[in-house]
Amino acid sequence: MHIEEFGSTVSAPGETGQGPAIRMEISQASKFYATKSGDVHALDRVELAIREGEFICVLGPSGCGKTTLLWCMAGLHDLSSGEVHLGSDRITAPHPEIAMIFQDANLLPWRDVIGNIKLPFEIKRRKPDHDRINRLLEQVGLSGFESKFPRELSGGMQQRASIVRSLAVNPSVLLMDEPFGALDAFTRDEMNLLIQDLWMETGKTIVFVTHSIPEAIFLADRVAVMSARPGRIAEIFEIDIPRPRAVDIMTTPEFISRVLEIKARIEI
Amino acid sequence: MTEALGDKIPEFNRKSNSESVSGFSGLTSLTTGRARTFLEILVIILVALVIIGGAELLIAALEIPHYVLPPPSQIGMALITEWGFIQPHLIITLYELAAGFAIGASIGFFLAAVITQFPFVEKIVTPYILLLVTTPMLALVPLLILRFGFGSEPRIIAVALASGPMVMINSATGFRRVDLAKIALARSFGANTLQIFTKIRIPMAMPMIIVGLLVGSIFGLLTTVAAEMVGGAAGLGARLTYYSSMVRMPQFFAIILLLATIGISFYAFFFWVGKKWAGWQA
Repeated sequence: MHIEEFGSTVSAPGETGQGPAIRMEISQASKFYATKSGDVHALDRVELAIREGEFICVLGPSGCGKTTLLWCMAGLHDLSSGEVHLGSDRITAPHPEIAMIFQDANLLPWRDVIGNIKLPFEIKRRKPDHDRINRLLEQVGLSGFESKFPRELSGGMQQRASIVRSLAVNPSVLLMDEPFGALDAFTRDEMNLLIQDLWMETGKTIVFVTHSIPEAIFLADRVAVMSARPGRIAEIFEIDIPRPRAVDIMTTPEFISRVLEIKARIEI
Repeated sequence: MTEALGDKIPEFNRKSNSESVSGFSGLTSLTTGRARTFLEILVIILVALVIIGGAELLIAALEIPHYVLPPPSQIGMALITEWGFIQPHLIITLYELAAGFAIGASIGFFLAAVITQFPFVEKIVTPYILLLVTTPMLALVPLLILRFGFGSEPRIIAVALASGPMVMINSATGFRRVDLAKIALARSFGANTLQIFTKIRIPMAMPMIIVGLLVGSIFGLLTTVAAEMVGGAAGLGARLTYYSSMVRMPQFFAIILLLATIGISFYAFFFWVGKKWAGWQA
């Protein structure tokens, strides 16, 4: 296993009982795309071990391959070489324990909010868990919007609905692909607080891709910084700010110095 | 709040909005929106009365001979008095149209769904489909009559050949409109190919499928009537030939009125279907 380089906090993989277990592990992950203008080397031997219940942010400049990495973790893309493991399962196709949250909410415009939330249940041929759905809708503030169509909702509300859709099937790992990138600053802060609340309450393992340094620091237990193409994990920062974190910590000198510290390490 | 949401409409919607021009925009002002008020209904009825009454008066005033253009009153009377003779032919026409359209639309839809999944096959097949679209299928009717006789079969085949390609090319346009993010979404929840097809591809193509069905049904109607005029004694088209050869113009126009009603019914029906199943993109 390839965990030794990630510091002493990770003592051993698997269920040894000492320290948090490894939930997902990416080893020697490389990805090449064939395009008309030649091969693109998107990922280069990415190594990352994600702990059980951890909130990890993958941070990097546009086009560094962080979305590619996430899609590979979701089993939506194949790696050219290397492996992704969820526990003992090797990920080669979408896994029922993993749910993905996409950019721009990705709601189906021909379904209303509740119809969108039921989609995963229909696909999995399971009865929708209405109690859970209603509780989640309540929590994200979408109660009463069940029969609204996506076009009737603001961007933030659409993304809330998409979060409910993903959490309703109760996955253990949530992969979020720049989910709030298209939102305005205020809505984004709101969504960051919401996702922190949901995470603290549910204990999901969250991998959150973003290109915003403050967002990554605000949310994450650890920030994995990716280098520009070909994407590699350049460095991992532990963020030990106590939780729950409030939005105004983002203006404290300590926070800003962390932003600058990370900024100094990457070419954005 | 709803005002501000306008600019949140995803790109996908906007794009498809401009594509839908071919279909539903024509009647939008007539059928969209809330229930019409009493005043609006009154105006609609008044305008209809003025036009029909005006035609009646104008034909009388200009002394147009009834064998050229019968007044509306005579057409209405003919429809009532001849109904017993016309009705069996109406049934036959509707049967031929329904059968031909059902066959053509099913095959067209199926081909569109399959072919768009294989770009190479699509490239090979498309020229032949265009051939079917552009060639008047009517030209085949005499040939089909030689083979199948004067019954309903040649007409049904002609209708299928006329409506099928219309359904196909429009549906294919819809199916080609892939949104990879939505397919990835379904896949991320473990959807198989069939589920992606039924839950993502078909709903996404639905607006264009409905346009195809609309256009196909109108083409089918035209082909039914024309095929009936070419040969045989049954059907509304055959009645048209019969009444015109007998110079029974009120009856002739009564048939025209029926055909127009069928056509408009199709349009209204598919418009309603479009609003129900494809309203999300408006």
